[in-house]
Amino acid sequence: MEPDEGFVRRVKALAFTAPLHELDAHKGRLDWADASVYHMAEIALAILDQVALAMDFDYGAERLVVLDRVLPYVRVQAPDRSRDEHERVATWVLEKLINVGTIDRLFRLVYGEIDQEGAYLRRDFDFRLLEERRSRDGRVGLRASDGAINVLVGALDTDVESAQVAAEVKLQNLIQRGLLADARLAAQQARYRTIQYGETIRRRLDATRRDVRLVDWSQEIPELLDSALNHIEQRFVMEEAILRTITIARDESVDEDHKRQAANLVDIVRDCMRRHTQLQSRLQSARAVFREEQDRQQFSGRPQRAAFNLFGQLLSPLLALPVPKAIGPLEKFFSAASGLEAPDVLSLPGLVDLLQQPGPLRDGTAGPVYQPDLSPLPDPLRFDESLWAEADRLLDLVGTERTLGQLLTEAASIHPELPRLVALRAHRAVAPDLGEARRHARPQVLVAAPTGSLLSAEHPGGVHGDDLVVSTAVITQDVPGDQEGTAS
Amino acid sequence: MTSADALADIEDVSAFLAFGVRAKLLPSRSDAYLRLVRRYIADSEFAIRVRAAAEGWGLSVLDVSVRNGLILAARPGSLFEIKMDDYVRMASREKVLHAIAHLAVAAVCFPRADDLADDAYVGHVSATSVDIIVREACRVIQNRIDGTADSGDPVSGSSELEEAWRAYMRRPEIAARQNTTTTLAIAKRALNWLADRGLLMPRPMPEEDGTYRTTGRYQVYVRELAAHAAFQDLLSLGVQLPVDGDGRLAAPAVFLD
Repeated sequence: MEPDEGFVRRVKALAFTAPLHELDAHKGRLDWADASVYHMAEIALAILDQVALAMDFDYGAERLVVLDRVLPYVRVQAPDRSRDEHERVATWVLEKLINVGTIDRLFRLVYGEIDQEGAYLRRDFDFRLLEERRSRDGRVGLRASDGAINVLVGALDTDVESAQVAAEVKLQNLIQRGLLADARLAAQQARYRTIQYGETIRRRLDATRRDVRLVDWSQEIPELLDSALNHIEQRFVMEEAILRTITIARDESVDEDHKRQAANLVDIVRDCMRRHTQLQSRLQSARAVFREEQDRQQFSGRPQRAAFNLFGQLLSPLLALPVPKAIGPLEKFFSAASGLEAPDVLSLPGLVDLLQQPGPLRDGTAGPVYQPDLSPLPDPLRFDESLWAEADRLLDLVGTERTLGQLLTEAASIHPELPRLVALRAHRAVAPDLGEARRHARPQVLVAAPTGSLLSAEHPGGVHGDDLVVSTAVITQDVPGDQEGTAS
Repeated sequence: MTSADALADIEDVSAFLAFGVRAKLLPSRSDAYLRLVRRYIADSEFAIRVRAAAEGWGLSVLDVSVRNGLILAARPGSLFEIKMDDYVRMASREKVLHAIAHLAVAAVCFPRADDLADDAYVGHVSATSVDIIVREACRVIQNRIDGTADSGDPVSGSSELEEAWRAYMRRPEIAARQNTTTTLAIAKRALNWLADRGLLMPRPMPEEDGTYRTTGRYQVYVRELAAHAAFQDLLSLGVQLPVDGDGRLAAPAVFLD
């Protein structure tokens, strides 16, 4: 068996359609509507269409606008259903396309490949259809991935440029033969291709603004810009010609339907030209961006001493390493660059809180391997809920105060473990955490102070030490300047 | 030296260390601090005592200047050391994203070696720029792999050995709903953490999403300590050194005190 790249490409192209089929396969599980009347894959394609049409260099498509435009497609499938349900269906499909609910929001295909030795090797292919991305103004916009655009136009595994040329030629042919319905499709394809082309260039320019060295300006970008400018020039010529042809077709046609299609096509071609202009202005300013950034980034001041190039000498090499290897140097960097931690001074309540914190989670790769217990029993509580409730009742001392001795005696008569809990809570109340109580808007907090005498030695529950006087202080909220608890 | 002088001296040494631990305090804001910085620079006996006392606390003196004050570094195991687990207590695959964000913050703040070396340089950084620089670095690595005969997709079932860049690229950059797992949220958290420690200062820019500028203290930590420590570790893994545009070996760090 020989390795076959084309085969792998086709397998991957097929993967992009899988999430759409899944939608229809799983629609039966929706419990809020009988979804069998909806064709989810069609709605998904309509959404992808709208996103691809609305996104441009700077901004993604707005979610609400997309949903609004897709609504008619949903409505025609089930006109008797409510608008609410239509909206819900559209939102559901949109979120499925983004893959909301998973951390990485990816779709995965496991595929096989024949390697150089002729062995079958399974690989993971991760892809997205729709992504939420940051627009230039900081808002969240939707963008269709390259793969999604490829699925949409049916031009699987084709190069951006060749697809563009093919679409243009096809368009011209169709118009000349008077096949306007097909011409519309081809014109739309041409528009998607331009959008896709613009995306590539937008990303490179963005990167250049951050750091000139991120982008290969000696070879990759000049070639890209030259060929892009070249193609835009050709396209302008072609689209001018197309526009002339259709305008004539529109004006000479006697068939109403034909006339309408032609008019529609004029709009699409005009939009194509608008997008080409946008791309062209980007291309023209690209070199200026580079020169400006180079001046700013390269020629400012003489070096004073040798130091690190953090990007080239640390970030890039570390990113290329497997996670278990990269984590060591990265952690070292983190610790050193974060400076010092001035440790908190321990207090008794702080210590109790610290001891009660859950232990650290074990690290899956860097630490020692441990066997997880797959059906862990819950830790037995030292004091169960009924004891806590009893303690709460005993320590609810609004408007009164009692000594710890009295409380312990009463507690011992209820349950042998209760004095211990009451004593622990009373001891914590010697230094109540008022700040924490206020943050959690607790109405009251337990306070305690030593009486000066000791608990009698034969006290129940095995509690020894200072006797305390215990009471409950009511916390007054939202009174600036007087936020301390006051004993009532 | 009388015992009263000796006691005053001990007090000065301790007070100086206490100033050094409070990262947000600068000599320009405190006369007492400024006096001690000047004394450290002028009085070598005092400087020796300060360094000895710092050693005792598990600290070492990185730099003392009128601009930045006393900059201390925590030695491993010291009371003052910050560990990654204090910041994010999760599995490596999650931790690595946070650690990358921290390194990328420094890389955005000091894009060229000269910027890091220049004491007067002030860098600027925002969460978006951090995310973009990492994603571009990832894209370059991906392009390099795409250029080879390999199909570039990871072998199935090898997620434990996944490269850091793949882990980063897989994560979405932003989500319409509030989310702490996107790479932008991770970058924002890194910036807040550094700002809380007085290492970055927020800049008042209403329309931009949180832009920060660097402090001299952050620059010293990155230059004198962090970059060096990480680089040594990287070398010990047997990683090939990056070469610069002319094919020469990019100069590894040389520190001139």
